[in-house]
Amino acid sequence: MLKGYVHSTESFGSVDGPGVRFLIFLQGCAMRCRYCHNADTWRVGVGTEMTAGELLDRAERYRSYWGTEGGITVSGGEPLLQIEFLTELFREAKRRGIHTCVDTAGQPFSREEPFFSRFRELLRYTDLLLVDIKHIDCAAHQKLTGHKNDNILDMLRFLSDEQKPVWIRHVLVPGVTDDDRMLHRLRAFIDTLQNVQKIEVLPYHAMGAYKWKELGLAYTLDNTPPPAAERVKNAERILGIR
Amino acid sequence: MKVCVPEEVMKVAWRGFSGRKWKEDINVREFIQSNYTMYDGDESFLAPPTEATDKLWGRLQELQKEERAKGGVLECETEIVSSLTSYGPGYIDESMKDLEQVVGLQTDKPLKRAFMPYGGIKMAEQAASTYGYQINPDLHRIFTDYHKTHNQAVFDAYTPEMKRARHSHIITGLPDTYGRGRIVGDYRRVALYGLDYLTQMKEKDLFYCGGRNMSEEHIRLREEIAEQIRALKAMKEMAKIYGYDISHPATNAKEAVQWLYFGYLAAIKTQNGAAMSVGRISTFLDIYIQRDLQEGTITESEAQELIDHLVLKFRMVKFARIPSYNELFSGDPVWVTLEMAGIGMDGRHMVTKNDFRFLHTLENMGPAPEPNLTVLWSSRLPESFKKYAAKISVNTSSIQYENDCVMRPVWGDDYSICCCVSATQTGKEIQFFGARANLAKCLLYALNGGVDLNTHEQVGPEIAPITSEYLDYDEVMHKFNAMMSWLVELYVNTLNLIHYMHDKYYYEAAEMALIDTYTRRTFATGIAGFSHVVDSISAIKYAKVKTIRDDAGLIVDYEIEGDFPRYGNDDERADEIAIWLLKAFMKKVREHHTYRNSEPTTSILTITSNVVYGKATGATPDGRKAGAPFAPGANPAYGAEKNGLLASLNSVAKLPYEFALDGISNTQTISPGALGHSEAERVNNLWHILDGYFDQGAHHLNVNVFGVDKLRDCMEHPEKPEYANFTIRVSGYAVKFIDLTREQQLDVIARSEHTYL
Repeated sequence: MLKGYVHSTESFGSVDGPGVRFLIFLQGCAMRCRYCHNADTWRVGVGTEMTAGELLDRAERYRSYWGTEGGITVSGGEPLLQIEFLTELFREAKRRGIHTCVDTAGQPFSREEPFFSRFRELLRYTDLLLVDIKHIDCAAHQKLTGHKNDNILDMLRFLSDEQKPVWIRHVLVPGVTDDDRMLHRLRAFIDTLQNVQKIEVLPYHAMGAYKWKELGLAYTLDNTPPPAAERVKNAERILGIR
Repeated sequence: MKVCVPEEVMKVAWRGFSGRKWKEDINVREFIQSNYTMYDGDESFLAPPTEATDKLWGRLQELQKEERAKGGVLECETEIVSSLTSYGPGYIDESMKDLEQVVGLQTDKPLKRAFMPYGGIKMAEQAASTYGYQINPDLHRIFTDYHKTHNQAVFDAYTPEMKRARHSHIITGLPDTYGRGRIVGDYRRVALYGLDYLTQMKEKDLFYCGGRNMSEEHIRLREEIAEQIRALKAMKEMAKIYGYDISHPATNAKEAVQWLYFGYLAAIKTQNGAAMSVGRISTFLDIYIQRDLQEGTITESEAQELIDHLVLKFRMVKFARIPSYNELFSGDPVWVTLEMAGIGMDGRHMVTKNDFRFLHTLENMGPAPEPNLTVLWSSRLPESFKKYAAKISVNTSSIQYENDCVMRPVWGDDYSICCCVSATQTGKEIQFFGARANLAKCLLYALNGGVDLNTHEQVGPEIAPITSEYLDYDEVMHKFNAMMSWLVELYVNTLNLIHYMHDKYYYEAAEMALIDTYTRRTFATGIAGFSHVVDSISAIKYAKVKTIRDDAGLIVDYEIEGDFPRYGNDDERADEIAIWLLKAFMKKVREHHTYRNSEPTTSILTITSNVVYGKATGATPDGRKAGAPFAPGANPAYGAEKNGLLASLNSVAKLPYEFALDGISNTQTISPGALGHSEAERVNNLWHILDGYFDQGAHHLNVNVFGVDKLRDCMEHPEKPEYANFTIRVSGYAVKFIDLTREQQLDVIARSEHTYL
């Protein structure tokens, strides 16, 4: 039986997908976003090893809270790094009638094999993708996360072609990701997609900074405050959120 | 002896009402079921406050401000003993009295506290003197030399063992110095039947009572019925003082609200019980409003005004309390508990427009702790109502939820919440309220051979203390079981004695006059320190607990080596200890005779007294330090919850309500950001949480939606106008945060920090 590396679970998620959700944080991420609030999930190949069945048994203890909207959201870490396990988890979840949602930044995406076929297989069992666009500009993306964004934008185009429901999320960091010009570019890109159900602006917060310190890493946004309310409103206006 | 409402009165007062049984006998439930109108729509029909409401509420807020400025009490009566007719009419403001749609105050002035000596003269005097008022010495003499009070009678009869247990706080919060409360008169009867009929029915009961068999029981009952009849006659006089004749039934909505309120006013003029619920009145009153709306004699705005003004009155109920009482029940609560919604025995939901109107008072007049608005939840309630209730919770944190689906099978579909969370059948049942046994302390007695750590007195039986360095699970459980048996026996006996004396010296004639003569009685016990005992047992079972002793050899602290499962994580290993503890306690209660053949029940609820109880209790083997507050009610211990809100809720939901029919209270604080990005998301997520929790058979949930920053700011800047009415839910009631003691504010903050960000 395939096992996944699980960082942790949380019984109550209310802001990662529709309704009340059980959250599964998978271990491992290749990106090194400067504002990451889950730096403790970066390392690959560690964490609690669990099967899809074990995770879903735990999740289903909270089924009575989900109603018709809720379900499970797999976040991380970068869940696509464990795509085979994720596929098995979602296949089993769909068999049990559970709404499935994955929260990804798209970094592992590629049209190369074997990833591409695996990704298409995953989509068969995925109801919704939350895709985090860290930065619309490739160079800035690289600076912020250590990776380019071409394949990420390509994944979104592919999902659009496939008509797979997507929520776009954008973390608003003052001085890093809240430039009006860039936000307009982001909007222009989103406007080319046919499958976006919702756009969310997530105001940056430093609540994960302590984890960097615990890991002996230097946190480079120490002096960055959360964005002011009007900057959040401004971003929402530019991105076309009511 | 045939008693009936005269035909010509019926024709007017009961025009258009259906049903038969309730016309032939007192049966308010039948009246409601035959006549209420279900409402499935949303809140768009609701009306804003009228000018009169704004003015009266404005004036009352000024008075509340003055009250706070004077240290919590505006004025105390010193000359007059409170009775149904001891005062002339009183109004919120003499110059605005024509604006008041519902009239009647406890005394002659708003927020003035009545002198109520029957529970105990010493306490009544102390309550007044605390705020600088001196009771007339003649009254002192009357209630010491000539008339015995409940308090004196109880202390006459207490055994030395009972006094020790009381003094050391292993049994605590006993109603031996004030009214026991928790008796809900069926105030709706005043509106539906009028006092003449109700009086005649009681006269009939008296006529048939005990004539052939004059046992002690019958003699007592005859005397009680006679007291009830006297109270009904005085109630009529009381209404006359305000210019109303309530001898006949109410003929329209305004009269129905006013008549019902007079019934309740009679209760709060004569009893200062710890909880003075008004009960399940919302659906009942809707029937009258609906009839007037159909007849075109009232508008929605006028209907809302009636409910707003009734609620204004409930926001004004006050009693004079002593400081130690205020520490137990912080923030001056009176538990004017009032219910909405629920499902009928026939499967129809009981949501009416009036349920929306009562919730809407929190928008029209802002949040407030009283009345203690309680939604009887079922996942089968209409979604529009669930959403509205959730919205009010998200915006005001002022309402509580109880599971109709676990209560209905036990109490039917016409029960009221008689205290913070406990159900009783309206008009058919009373409850003997019984405070709490401190089980955390009981566990420490088991370890230390019955010696109290605070007083070093031998309070419990002198069983052999534990002498080993590490606690052994089997040994601890054996001793704990024995100590709990001793405690429960003493506790039940103490309550038996208190309630005997209360019936004798502080009988609730006005409330009992509105309850069936042959009533069901429950005997409510309670548990304090629940989660700490559960976690302590788990620590002893799954980790290694090393004892730390003082010079006298008493165990005063613990070192825990290793990890152990804690209650509040949906972990079977800990949760099954919780279930065992509740069942074991309840089984022990059932072994004893309970006063007047009452049915024993228990509860896991502690109000704000978790702070005071914790203060009197030494360190516990779960790692809780000496004197630290207990978790309130059935809540998991602070910091124990590691798997999120729903895991915590699942743990509490496992406790079987059938073993705690007096209630299992749970208070949770969720920061707005954790509940959803927008108001719509928060509302939607909240009602799903409630569905999920209650569908698993849980009993009660207090929901707070605010961040801890707001609490901190409010504690430091209580003078800010936005905090004047900032209301939060604590175990079993709502309270203005600024009215809590600083110690309790810190406790609430500490607890909120452990919740979900």
